[in-house]
Amino acid sequence: MILASTLSAASTPPSPGPADFNLPAIFEIGALEVTKPMVLLLISAVLIVALFAAAARPAAVVPGRLQFAGEMAYGFVRNGIARDNIGSHDFQRFVPFLFAIFTFVFVNNYYGLIPVVQFPTMSHIGFPLALALITWVVYNGAGIKQHGFVGYLKHETVPAGMKGPILLLLVPLEFLSNILLRPVTLTLRLFATMFAGHLLLLLFSLGAEYLLLHSENALAIPAGIASAILFVGITFLEILVMFLQAYVFTLLASMYIGEAVADEH
Amino acid sequence: MISTRLVAATEGEELNPLIPHAAEIVLSAAVFLLLLVLIWKLVVPGFEKAYAARTAEIEGGIEEAHAAQKEAQAALEQYNAQLAEARHEAARIREEAKEQGAQILAELRADAQAEAQRITSAAHAQVEAERAQVVAQLKSEVGTLATELAGRIVGEALNDDARSQRTVERFIAELEGESAN
Repeated sequence: MILASTLSAASTPPSPGPADFNLPAIFEIGALEVTKPMVLLLISAVLIVALFAAAARPAAVVPGRLQFAGEMAYGFVRNGIARDNIGSHDFQRFVPFLFAIFTFVFVNNYYGLIPVVQFPTMSHIGFPLALALITWVVYNGAGIKQHGFVGYLKHETVPAGMKGPILLLLVPLEFLSNILLRPVTLTLRLFATMFAGHLLLLLFSLGAEYLLLHSENALAIPAGIASAILFVGITFLEILVMFLQAYVFTLLASMYIGEAVADEH
Repeated sequence: MISTRLVAATEGEELNPLIPHAAEIVLSAAVFLLLLVLIWKLVVPGFEKAYAARTAEIEGGIEEAHAAQKEAQAALEQYNAQLAEARHEAARIREEAKEQGAQILAELRADAQAEAQRITSAAHAQVEAERAQVVAQLKSEVGTLATELAGRIVGEALNDDARSQRTVERFIAELEGESAN
């Protein structure tokens, strides 16, 4: 589609923007328009389950290659994220959730770099929003189960060692930041980095194409080469960012859970 | 560029990327929860089983190593004890040998002394016997010589054998009588 639009408008430079993220529906089920990211999301779940179920099935003491690779990813989330942030007493029951979050975000982010696929699912805000809401339910639920409803609210909103009228200021602030804003920031962080990263890639790839092939300006060729080089550089940056965002989302989720189930601040 | 933006803006709210689609939220939640359940049931137990088995194996290995170490320690102690014993034994044997050597040496020395004494006394006895023999021989020869000498000095008169013989015998008997007295 992009190629077609650029070819038809050979003389006008491309202007990548939010409109490029609204892909047309592939097919429709009743009133529901099924779009590319929706399909990608489903495929990601299938991929993850197929890969890791195959890796985990042998459960061998001396792992094979696949099991070893699976254990590296699983151990990274289990030991590096969950155990370190939740504590060795409670972490085990949150590992499936955190591992699912990590792999889900990871695969959906890297869709942005895989040729042909080339669309980071999480650049549609609805997808990370759902994950953030589920995370919100999980960590608040865990906290309420641990401390009781009132106890949990007190645990999250009253900082340890604080007394007197300062609480009038602190409690609403803590409530706002610990209960209300966390899903928002989780959503926006993941959405915005994926959105911006994809937009940058679009900008430099389309820019390079236009400058090198369709522009009549004398400076277009060097500018096009620079644009192409930047495209490659930003692609490498994206490789890092896509991992980091999956890691950060999981890390923050585990920290929220760890804080919620902790005995004291 | 500006014109396309304007067109896009007039097309409707859908271009605001911050406004989520309800369908996407629902789908994302559903797919994620499904993924979560599948990971919970299919992935985590396998990895945890492997971890647990590995931990058990390692702990078993460590215990085994401890036991082996203890055994080795015991064996070392035993060897050391045996070695000390053997050293003691060797020292004892050496001491004994030294004593025995000294004893043997003393015995040999005594034997040698006895032998020397025996040889000396035998030599003495032989010398004595030889001296007695020589004395007896001399006695007879001295008589003959003296007679012959006296005959030469006195002349033919003394040639009468029977007489001179008697004189000589008488003389010797006197000599013997003197020596007997």
